[in-house]
Amino acid sequence: MTWEIVIGLEVHTQLSTNTKIFSGASTAYGAESNTQADAVSIALPGVLPVLNKGAVERAIKFGLAVGAHIAPRSVFARKNYFYPDLPKGYQISQFDLPVVGPGALTILVEPLSGNAKPYEKVVRITRAHLEEDAGKSVHGDSQGVTGVDLNRAGTPLLEIVSEPDMCSASEAVAYAKALHSLVRWIGICDGNMQEGSFRCDVNVSVRRPGEPLGTRREIKNLNSFKFMQQAIDYEVQWQIDTIENGGKIHQATVLFNPDTGETRAMRSKEDAHDYRYFPDPDLLPLDISEKWKEQIRATLPELPQAKRGRYIGEFALNEYDANILTSSREMADFFDAAVDCLPSQPKLIANWIMGEISALLARDKLEIGNCPVSAVWLAGLLTRVSDNTINVKTAKEILDGAWGRNQLFAKLIQAQASIDAEIESKGLKQVSDSGAIEKIVDEIIAANADKVAEYRSGKDKLFGFFVGLAMKASKGKANPAQLNDILKKKLAG
Amino acid sequence: MTLTNADVQKVARLARLAMDEAEIESARSQLTGIFNLIAEMQAVDTKGIAPMSHAQDLSQRLREDVVTETNQRELFQSIAPQVEAGLYLVPQVIE
Repeated sequence: MTWEIVIGLEVHTQLSTNTKIFSGASTAYGAESNTQADAVSIALPGVLPVLNKGAVERAIKFGLAVGAHIAPRSVFARKNYFYPDLPKGYQISQFDLPVVGPGALTILVEPLSGNAKPYEKVVRITRAHLEEDAGKSVHGDSQGVTGVDLNRAGTPLLEIVSEPDMCSASEAVAYAKALHSLVRWIGICDGNMQEGSFRCDVNVSVRRPGEPLGTRREIKNLNSFKFMQQAIDYEVQWQIDTIENGGKIHQATVLFNPDTGETRAMRSKEDAHDYRYFPDPDLLPLDISEKWKEQIRATLPELPQAKRGRYIGEFALNEYDANILTSSREMADFFDAAVDCLPSQPKLIANWIMGEISALLARDKLEIGNCPVSAVWLAGLLTRVSDNTINVKTAKEILDGAWGRNQLFAKLIQAQASIDAEIESKGLKQVSDSGAIEKIVDEIIAANADKVAEYRSGKDKLFGFFVGLAMKASKGKANPAQLNDILKKKLAG
Repeated sequence: MTLTNADVQKVARLARLAMDEAEIESARSQLTGIFNLIAEMQAVDTKGIAPMSHAQDLSQRLREDVVTETNQRELFQSIAPQVEAGLYLVPQVIE
């Protein structure tokens, strides 16, 4: 019997503002406890919230990026619950009139199973609303008491809610990754998952094909894509086993334990969902004019999907290359900057970024954002490859050497001068003088009469052996294409 | 709508209010009065009228995203019942 998996996500993204959503206290991460908890954050009586324009702008930006309806008028509501890290006794959130309405995000799913092909899928976004974060409870330092740090209280969050459109852990992870990439791409969230800037709640249920939706359980607060995958896999199997063994699924909030790989229901709070929302009388409705919306639209960068399409259409890159190059804003920026300097060679640049550069970054556990050679420098290097001044082997050696010396040139003319000087001083120019190459080949043929005989009697594989010898004799500088031609001709006798 | 004492008890618990029998009884009667008023208002025909979320027909003023608050932890914590290492201390809560 088969089962269908139904998954929806709620993602809390911390907006990258300088200050809190309702007060001018700093949101910088890592400050000493409560030093950024101002009178509004700790909810002293009589204080009033004043909405942060920067938080609203980021919410609008997100809405525009997913093609969503931006509410011309939205409303803040109080979500009431009792917990010490929420000193007001309510969280200011949005309920029936959120700032961002229905939209959609196209994701690229890479199935886990071996030979299945990646495919595109559109995930509908239900809504996204602004709200404030709560503080942090610190358990266990002293007996019988809990410590409360309210630095995080009031930090602006955009909660992005999807429709239950995903039907596997791979799809859920692909959606979360696409969202993570997008919020960083448009610069509204730093995406730092360790610091809790991007937290996912995953709603999972299972059903028989054709039957109504099953009861869902919500896996709370996943802050890594790996854990998300594991948590969903475990939860799905648990639900299927439970039903197949005659049990019933009860709606619950569960936590994932990375040490055991299991999900477990939190102690059920019978009143957990009785939040008694009502419009916050301290806040007036938020008006967003068409003009403001359009001003923000004008600041949006080219979005990943559009860029992907352009790379394929304009630069004739294949889909795989285009996907990798648009996997993050930093990657795309690096590629774009290099192509700006060397517009005739997008494919060569793409190959080098995904090949040599990525390999070196992986070796040194670096991200492209802090690559030790700049895109402009790479363009300068590849300029000399494409005009045949140096061969690929030499270019790789120059890159290896430059890697440890931080070649961060921002201007092509300077990068080019530095590379050209190195080529000149070390004598790295490719040998394209056919006379010189012929001389090398003649010497090799003369010194290896036995191998030449073997080759001529049909052992074609030896060709590589001769190429290796000739390259070595030229100190790696022979023009490979020319060398191949000359070798072939001379070996043929 | 008729409120029962159990309803009042539930709301009191959600709000962490300790109430004895007499208080619950008096709160029930006061709340019932409020609900009756709401019922009266709900009888009014509001077809075609956009709901308001605020009594004033104004829109929210926005604040520039600039830090204006300084660290006043010492002052704020001087009135807290219990603090330690910069943390406000509360009776233990276990999730």
